[in-house]
Amino acid sequence: MVPLSWYVALSSTLFLIGLVGVLIRRNIVIVLLCIEIMLNAVNINFVAFSKYQHVIDGQIFVFFVITVAAAEVAVGLGIIIALFRLRETINIDEINILKL
Amino acid sequence: MQMAMFAYFGAAILLSALFVVYFRNPIYSAMALLTMFMHIAGLYVLLEAEFLAGVQLLVYAGAILVLYLFVVMLLNVQSRGRFVQKQTPAVIGLGVLAVIELATLIFHTRFYPELPAIPHPGVPTLGNTETIGMVLYTQYLFPFEIASLVLLIALVGAIVLAKGKLKYR
Repeated sequence: MVPLSWYVALSSTLFLIGLVGVLIRRNIVIVLLCIEIMLNAVNINFVAFSKYQHVIDGQIFVFFVITVAAAEVAVGLGIIIALFRLRETINIDEINILKL
Repeated sequence: MQMAMFAYFGAAILLSALFVVYFRNPIYSAMALLTMFMHIAGLYVLLEAEFLAGVQLLVYAGAILVLYLFVVMLLNVQSRGRFVQKQTPAVIGLGVLAVIELATLIFHTRFYPELPAIPHPGVPTLGNTETIGMVLYTQYLFPFEIASLVLLIALVGAIVLAKGKLKYR
């Protein structure tokens, strides 16, 4: 049986990779992909704890997280398309129209 | 056996996540993310969450990733110039701090703790999908309805945002 702490270590490392990706990448599509990585890291944690504690609620939470992720992707990509139509760029360094 | 499977899935997940961040071409990144989703589904099977493994493959690998690929091909922007953002030193410091924190946490964890075993509740054994269905439609009925509302709003919002100039009268 794999110890629970291994799952926690895996998921925290995965979360960190996603976080660093959000911080360093310039392409806004990749930034959204890295947000998906972070959501998946949290999901691994939920499922692992759900198995080791013998409660099903963690898996229900993962179900809702997947729902919200789908909604977030739809809206986020809509925003990206609208921004691209406005500014002809997907580099987040150049998207600063809300700056004072 | 379980340990070997966990090692394989974990290594594949971490490696493909690194590739998502590393690749310059967004289509390659999306393909690396597809690999990551598949291996996470495998990890769910290892954790006896078969329903979630199916949902992961259907929703993430099937729907979300195709949406990403559509947008990447629609925008068709060749990434030129610099690869990383212009970032303030504070953010770089925070990132390095997060890496150091995680490394400290992992190196100071005892990986075989003497945890007391949690007794398995003596419920009649249903399958994974049946159990999730039972709980989802009784105890979590209200959040389930809210989730449908979230999806509806996202649907309308995505169409309005991507449609462009609306002709208001």
